Amino acid sequence: MASSATVTANQLIIMAELKLFRTWSSPFPLRVVWALDFKGIQYDTIFEDLSNKSSLLLQYNPIYKKVPVLVHNGKPLLESLVILEYIDETWKQTPLLPEDPYERATARFWAKFGDDKVLPSIWNVFIKQGKDQEEAIVTAQENLGFVERQLTGKKFFNGETIGFVDLAFGWLAKLLSLWEEVCGVTLIDHEKFPLLSEWIQNFADAPIIKESWPPRDKLITKYQALLEVYTSKEAPK
Amino acid sequence: MAKNDVKVLGAWPSPYVMRPRIALNIKSVNYEFLEETFGSKSELLLQSNLVHKKIPVLIHGDKPICESMIIVEYIDEVWTSGPSILPSDPYDRAIQRFWAAYVDEKWFAAMKGLRSAQGEERKAFLDQVIEGLALLEEAFGKCSKGKAFFGRDRIGLLDIAFGSFLAWLKVTEKVNGVKLLDEAKTPGLVKWAERFCADAAVKSVMPETEKLLEFSKFLAAKMKGAPPPKN
Repeated sequence: MASSATVTANQLIIMAELKLFRTWSSPFPLRVVWALDFKGIQYDTIFEDLSNKSSLLLQYNPIYKKVPVLVHNGKPLLESLVILEYIDETWKQTPLLPEDPYERATARFWAKFGDDKVLPSIWNVFIKQGKDQEEAIVTAQENLGFVERQLTGKKFFNGETIGFVDLAFGWLAKLLSLWEEVCGVTLIDHEKFPLLSEWIQNFADAPIIKESWPPRDKLITKYQALLEVYTSKEAPK
Repeated sequence: MAKNDVKVLGAWPSPYVMRPRIALNIKSVNYEFLEETFGSKSELLLQSNLVHKKIPVLIHGDKPICESMIIVEYIDEVWTSGPSILPSDPYDRAIQRFWAAYVDEKWFAAMKGLRSAQGEERKAFLDQVIEGLALLEEAFGKCSKGKAFFGRDRIGLLDIAFGSFLAWLKVTEKVNGVKLLDEAKTPGLVKWAERFCADAAVKSVMPETEKLLEFSKFLAAKMKGAPPPKN
């Protein structure tokens, strides 16, 4: 490694510092993990316990106090999709977003739809009961219908390779079947959502993605406990 | 590009609709403004925005683009000969996008809550709005670095995102009898707001406060008479 007389090797390492604050289970920092791993970028990981947040996390993210936070050369970046765009713009190898402006706008649209509509609607199915859950299922499946159609003629949302929208929906590939198991509702079956079912398989088993998943049994325990909290809050219907 | 190659589907009171119009003005792009009738959605809107059925929609040639801030970024990426709306540095871009998302997801959500809330709840929303403005004042200082706008010398992404809410902010001040942008507490934003509203790209699309106030009264009356929402 070249270093001038006034800059030590250590200083170079600190200057090129990339730190990711995450938790063991949260799917949002996983998006950042995937993006960095796909591009072959080295970084340090700091695992946070959200019930006992580090002073560093609170300093970097005072507004939301959440993960992920990516710190690059001492400067914090917040919000996973914003971070993904930053990564794509800073490191040009293995691009996540397409080049064409219309395709980029389309990708951003679906990633936003995933976070604004799909995820909350599926979470509602998970935590609600009775009639509320039935209504939640209808909404969730309507949303998933839109997503299914986006896969027409494609292996991944990005085409032949994984891209921005695939990373944005990545949580679906692992957490959906888990939540379905814990709450006893099937949202995505192979008949109604053949493309999405296929995508889930392809994405979950893809290199880099495959190795990144948190342990399934630990996740099951976590969501079972969470569901109990919600069920005890809900009035019987 | 011929005028009818670029269309914006929208409505004059909507802050979200203002955003692509400001962006197109910055780029000196001629476009056709297709105004939706309040209370109904045109065939064109329903076809162009199948998922949300909402305004704004930008129709470029035959391609529909939806979601106001996504449209603004699209405009910036297509019309590269005009002034840039996003900065060139990736970190600066991330900061602009972060705060634009904050304005929509947190700050304006509190503003909307304020509109319909009563009593204690109303006070809570008001506190959130004012707290948010303090954060944005600080962000303005950091982003502008002493210049006129969040985008420094020129109107940028965050100016458009936040500035498009200024007319509604003025209406909210009148309706609630409060000063939200305050020379004492948010001096930077007060001056910024004046410059933003006076900008050539903004003036023609920013609704007059009185007109918007009338519209908000009309909307409030409609809400009272409307059936309860399904969800």
